[in-house]
Amino acid sequence: MYVSPLREPLIKGAKDYSQVTKDILAPMAGKPSKYWYMGITLSGAAALFGAWATFMTVYYGIGTWGLNKTIGWAWDITNFVWWVGIGHAGTFISAILLLFRQKWRTSINRSAEAMTLMAIACAGFFPLIHMGRLLLGFFILPYPNTRALWVNFNSPLLWDVFAITTYLLVSLVFWYIGLIPDLGTVRDKATGKIRKAIYGFLSFGWTGSARHCSRHETISLILAGLAAPLVLSVHTIVSFDFATSVIPGWHTTIFPPYFVSGAVFSGFAMVLTLLIVARKALNLEDYITVGHIENMNKVIIITGSIVGIAYITEFFMAWYSGVEYEQYAFINRATGPYAWAYWIMMTCNVITPQLFWFKKIRTNLVATFIISIFVNIGMWFERFVIVVTSLHRDYLPSSWSMYKPSMVEVGLYVGTLGVFFTLFLLFIRAFPVIAIAEVKSVLKSSGDNKKDVHHE
Amino acid sequence: MNKYITAYYNDEEDLLKGLKQIKSKGVEVADVLSPFPVHGLDKALGMKRSRLTRVAFTGGAIGAMIGFGFQAWVFTQAYPLNFGGKPFLAVPSFIPVTFEMAVLFAAFSMVFAFLIHNKLGPGAAAVIHDERITDDRFLLVVKVADDENTHTIEEVLNEAGAHGITLKKKN
Repeated sequence: MYVSPLREPLIKGAKDYSQVTKDILAPMAGKPSKYWYMGITLSGAAALFGAWATFMTVYYGIGTWGLNKTIGWAWDITNFVWWVGIGHAGTFISAILLLFRQKWRTSINRSAEAMTLMAIACAGFFPLIHMGRLLLGFFILPYPNTRALWVNFNSPLLWDVFAITTYLLVSLVFWYIGLIPDLGTVRDKATGKIRKAIYGFLSFGWTGSARHCSRHETISLILAGLAAPLVLSVHTIVSFDFATSVIPGWHTTIFPPYFVSGAVFSGFAMVLTLLIVARKALNLEDYITVGHIENMNKVIIITGSIVGIAYITEFFMAWYSGVEYEQYAFINRATGPYAWAYWIMMTCNVITPQLFWFKKIRTNLVATFIISIFVNIGMWFERFVIVVTSLHRDYLPSSWSMYKPSMVEVGLYVGTLGVFFTLFLLFIRAFPVIAIAEVKSVLKSSGDNKKDVHHE
Repeated sequence: MNKYITAYYNDEEDLLKGLKQIKSKGVEVADVLSPFPVHGLDKALGMKRSRLTRVAFTGGAIGAMIGFGFQAWVFTQAYPLNFGGKPFLAVPSFIPVTFEMAVLFAAFSMVFAFLIHNKLGPGAAAVIHDERITDDRFLLVVKVADDENTHTIEEVLNEAGAHGITLKKKN
């Protein structure tokens, strides 16, 4: 087998196949650590705060939020777009990088895909709750009803329903199909009877037969081929929510590509935030190496730069269009009452990721962790700027207004963060965080040990 | 009663080499169980190219037709609504939902075809020949007819460097 002498190994340390199995399954065995309990207590508390906020919204209504008749969308839609964006990294890693045959994805795709699912679940919550009556959420589906009325298929908000649902379902099967061989491994390594039965049930009867393996590879490849345009379509459609309206600052054709790259940008930041901690806590530093982190940082530079160019293009187009409302919207963003939010966005999204041009910084874990948090914050503010500053001063100055979130809205946001981290902590206990079978399949060509040992 | 012989290798390159040798001796290998997809195995076992791609295409085409057809039916037959004088059959605005339906149907039809065809599914029974095939062993299975001499096959396997050659019976 050809082994490149130049490339850095993707898996460090002299490992054979059974060592890989042992290392990756280790975090699932035994009792969880003290930190795990601390983490889940904290995230569980945040989730409870969210449950309270949900109760307040459903019981008293949307009046508990800080919205008014000018600003009808604020934190709810900001959070929705932010969460959907975070989900995009998982699909990008598992689908687009698979199509490009990037072997380094094998160490991070499983956890990134799991993150996608959790992020979409959190995202989907906001459009449902922002309608006020959570229990009437099914009204958005085209089902036969006594009014003989159907949904409006011309509306981007309805396209969202289809896009997000499809994205969630396809990501779910993609993730689970990838998980089947590893669940077989967990089943065969399990010691307890109950554990064996549960994983036996979940592993779908996987035996690793050559026929199954070969078809499994085919199906993974086609699912990747389907998921790649899907992930691009999802954030494109989310951007249509704004772009097809007539609000200055929203009505722009640049939105689809700008939203998609922003989504991948924020998603990679979240993957980094989680994995830098997880690799240390789970002793997986040999699998998720500094090389992996550096690669992700390179994706952050490119997508961050695209986002930066998009901000500048928007400004230019506002001036070039000659539309004074559009021009005012942008000047108001940079100098108006919400200028602080705009400059937080610019600093976090345009300036800080450029630090990754320095190899010292992009290979430094502490620096990467801090910058990834900056990007998460910056991307949240990007959505806040787009949603709130565009709405708060539009055509009619007598309707201009300001927005301040209420405690209930804060609770909903913190609550989804709590749910997200709770699910992630449960995930690392219940499933292998790294795709074992896929890592094994690249071990020979990209492992550390095989470079000098036996195979001639 | 079915009889078969299993034997294993510890490395996929040895497996492929051994497989070639076994085949040249005229012994038919029914299946290979491995912890990850081994490239070149499909050729060595003479497997046909998977037809899952066709399932995906058909599913996607059906999804697209249902998606587009339903929207067209709703806005031209079931309940035509005038949205600001725009055409009832507004093809461009039907594209997003049509696309999403195509992807959804393609993915699910393919996944179900994969599971049903391979007899995989929640709680499906697995014959576990060796618990290490999902870990680090590459196991091959040779089916034996009732009157066949197992001895010669075992010898061929042994010569090809396979370990743990065992004769098993199954109803």
